[in-house]
Amino acid sequence: MPKVMNITLTINGRTHALGVQPNAVLLHTLRDLGCTDVKNGCEIGECGACAVLLNGKPINSCMVLTVQADGADIVTNAGLGTMDKPHVIQEAFADAGAIQCGFCTPGMVISTKALLDRNPDPTEAEIREALSGNLCRCTGYGQIIAAVRLSAERLQNLSVYGASSLREEGREHDSSNRVLESGDQTEVGGAS
Amino acid sequence: MNRVTPKPLPETNLPRLNQVGKPLRRIDALGKAVGATVYAADYSMPNMLHAKVFRSPVPSARIVKLDVSKARALPGVVCVMTGEDTHGAKLNTDLPGQTGRETRAGSDAPVLASDVVRYVGEPIALVAAETLAIAEQALKQIELEFEDLPGVYDPIEAMKPGAPILFAPDNVVARYKIRKGDLEAGMAQADVIVENTFKMPFVEHAYLEPDGGVAWVDEQGVINIRVCTQVIEHFRSIARALNVPQNRIRIRGTMVGGGFGSKEDITVEIFLAFLARETGRPVKLVYTREEAFAATSKRHPFTITHRTGVRKDGRITASQVSMVADSGAYPYLTPYVLLYATAMAAGPYKIDNLHVDSVAAATNQTFTSAFRGFGGPQAALGYEQQMDEIAKTLGLDPLAVRQVNYMKTGDTTATGQEVKTAAWLEETATRAVAALGEQAASTPTRKIGRGMASTFQSYGRIMWFHDTSQAWVGMEQDGTAVIRCGVPDIGAGQSNSICQIVAEILGVPLDQVTIYATDSAVTPLAGTSTATRQLYMSGNAVSLASNTIRARLLTRAAVKLGVRGDELEIANSRVSVLGDESRYIEHKDLVRLCASEGIGLSHLAQFNAPFTEGLDPETGQGDIWPDFTFGAQAVEVAVDTETGEIELLKSVACHDVGRAINPAAVHGQIAGGSHQGLGYALMEDFELQNGIIKTPSFAEYLIPTVLDFPTTQTIILESGTGVGPFGAKGIGEPALTPAAPAVANAVADALGVRIHQLPFTPKRVLAAMDAIRGATT
Repeated sequence: MPKVMNITLTINGRTHALGVQPNAVLLHTLRDLGCTDVKNGCEIGECGACAVLLNGKPINSCMVLTVQADGADIVTNAGLGTMDKPHVIQEAFADAGAIQCGFCTPGMVISTKALLDRNPDPTEAEIREALSGNLCRCTGYGQIIAAVRLSAERLQNLSVYGASSLREEGREHDSSNRVLESGDQTEVGGAS
Repeated sequence: MNRVTPKPLPETNLPRLNQVGKPLRRIDALGKAVGATVYAADYSMPNMLHAKVFRSPVPSARIVKLDVSKARALPGVVCVMTGEDTHGAKLNTDLPGQTGRETRAGSDAPVLASDVVRYVGEPIALVAAETLAIAEQALKQIELEFEDLPGVYDPIEAMKPGAPILFAPDNVVARYKIRKGDLEAGMAQADVIVENTFKMPFVEHAYLEPDGGVAWVDEQGVINIRVCTQVIEHFRSIARALNVPQNRIRIRGTMVGGGFGSKEDITVEIFLAFLARETGRPVKLVYTREEAFAATSKRHPFTITHRTGVRKDGRITASQVSMVADSGAYPYLTPYVLLYATAMAAGPYKIDNLHVDSVAAATNQTFTSAFRGFGGPQAALGYEQQMDEIAKTLGLDPLAVRQVNYMKTGDTTATGQEVKTAAWLEETATRAVAALGEQAASTPTRKIGRGMASTFQSYGRIMWFHDTSQAWVGMEQDGTAVIRCGVPDIGAGQSNSICQIVAEILGVPLDQVTIYATDSAVTPLAGTSTATRQLYMSGNAVSLASNTIRARLLTRAAVKLGVRGDELEIANSRVSVLGDESRYIEHKDLVRLCASEGIGLSHLAQFNAPFTEGLDPETGQGDIWPDFTFGAQAVEVAVDTETGEIELLKSVACHDVGRAINPAAVHGQIAGGSHQGLGYALMEDFELQNGIIKTPSFAEYLIPTVLDFPTTQTIILESGTGVGPFGAKGIGEPALTPAAPAVANAVADALGVRIHQLPFTPKRVLAAMDAIRGATT
């Protein structure tokens, strides 16, 4: 058996001292530690479901050996928010109808976080580029792009008006605040 | 295509509703957003073992020797099972009524192959070990000696005399025919006869969540299986395979990370059941992506030939269609898929003289089974490409030819079934085409083309299945509502729609409705999340249950408030007098009042779909489905004549969904279904060569990323005429069907010549252009 290596990982703000095999893959280490929000979709870096932030940068955790992450600060989707206190991006994904089966969502949220951290007001082309490593088989991506836009708007409002503004406006839990894709329409028969 | 204006909509009279029809945030959205949803692979138990499956590396062979002794001896290995240990158990993949009226001996897939293997990936042995690493190591210790058998890799070859036979007496898995009207007389009335053949590849579902689950035996001896499945009722087949009573298997469905039909078949759950019983310990089995590709079903490749007689004005006088489908190595749902394709072969057109002949044959390739659309998309690729070829032959506009032939309410389908609800074909097609707007200009190396497709698709299962759904609805003492309904949520919002319906009927906010779904032990059985049936079936079941409770609430409230029941309205967790909001009783008080008087506020309801006998076997005539959804898609493409690459420029889809229970979810279904159809046309090809998979992972099998296509613009129409709750029709499968033929027609429009085989890869585009140049020089 190869020699166990001792490393430390900070995951969602909590530091773990770990003994790991040199060939252990970060995806599996994270899931074994209970981070089941990090999804295993392909293990070859093609689908993006296992994306996490490693020192602030989005990476596919299936493509990183755990020992390579020694000393790193890792944030998974679940580290961004909870059911009681969701992150603005998570809330926007829920509100925008961007979630169907939900399996790609944690990776999508991570890619969105990384994008908005460096570019708070992205164009549609920039959004598409940032999400190009995340596969979704359910949505056709339109509502996901809308969710990223909604996230950007809400985060910008937060930074202008402060954290309480969204809550005061009652927007955070207002599910009628969904943005439809531009051009989407619903038409009922005439004279209804 | 000519420019069109949207056809005005007929008058409808849809009631105004409080919760239904609103794009509310889905009840499952937040849990998924924050990563709190516990999918099948996320669940673990103390003392749990890890399982792996040993699979055939070859497509056709006789097993000479299977030696698992070394694997069994490996430290940490707890159990290795072969076909001997499963006592030759079968999977029930060839049910009576599929291939004719009887099960064919030998064509049922074995749980574990012990005699011959018929496709790459066929399961042969199971391993359970203390760790996943040990289980993987044990697989390498299994010794398999086999003798190659001749294989067959094409369904047409498979039906020729002398072809290797997968199951005696021949490779034919299913065969159907439709005989309607007088074909020859119809052809004789035609001015022109147009004939074309179209081909479609194997397609992988590519759901993001690989199949997985955990099973254990509980203190009652019941085998519990927590699994991502579209069908919790598989507990019955599993019980039969294990030779235990049906009430000894419990399936606890999870939120499913995408299914699209693939999780309609039994996947990991039967292996888990055998291993949990054998070891007495919890066992987990999760497929790798490569395993999910190799070991689960694919969309059927079809070869479809249309021979159509038309008059100069575009009117179809006769149509003859033949279809050949590839069943892969085992029947699974092939006979039903072929039946769907057969019955939809002629499209949403009024055709009085029609022959359809269809056949599916077994080959030594990955088995094919359900995939969103269930034969409908292949049929549509046949009839909609043919419609454009007819238009081209006659020099008419593609939409105009369709308008001459569109079926209307009261007309009959290929099987003679009358369409009783709105058939908004012109309404959907004109809107989709009109929304494309101005067409881009072609350049010598960038050809612009436009295409459209009008399609129809059933929702609800085949009526001779006696389909039912049960739902229990109850009020809690604080005025909140609870639903128990065994509906698997495969991501389309099945649970949420049901909650929104109950919220509407009982007048409670959506966030005060809780649903317990998809557990065969505690939720009344609601049937499969397949066939675009859950909103129709379980939506009607919860409507029945909650309307019963609503009537009791209103009756009691009427006495309390001193008015008649029809003078009340129920909304916002209270019952109030119409026109006098100051007179009301809150739900929590009303529930307590009812409880103190013994008035029950829970109800178990069953919705039964209509029942018909099967089709006439000689003519294929009869009623098959409860109803149909009609829709259209229009696209614009640019074809690069130097590289052969196709760029999708615009895509618009328009469907009449009857009533959109949650419009945000409906937009998502249409846009997502469209994307799968666009991938089908332009990218996806699950390639096999002599039975060997050439596209084993996401590195080779490419599905659309966010960069590949623009978002499909979605237009929802609401005729209010569906047979689902509040007049809803189904949209899950119909959403996919028109996308690929619309692209096919746009590419043909751009090139001036049709490519008869999907997908339209640069290589095929360049070959088609070489053919044009060859023809003109």
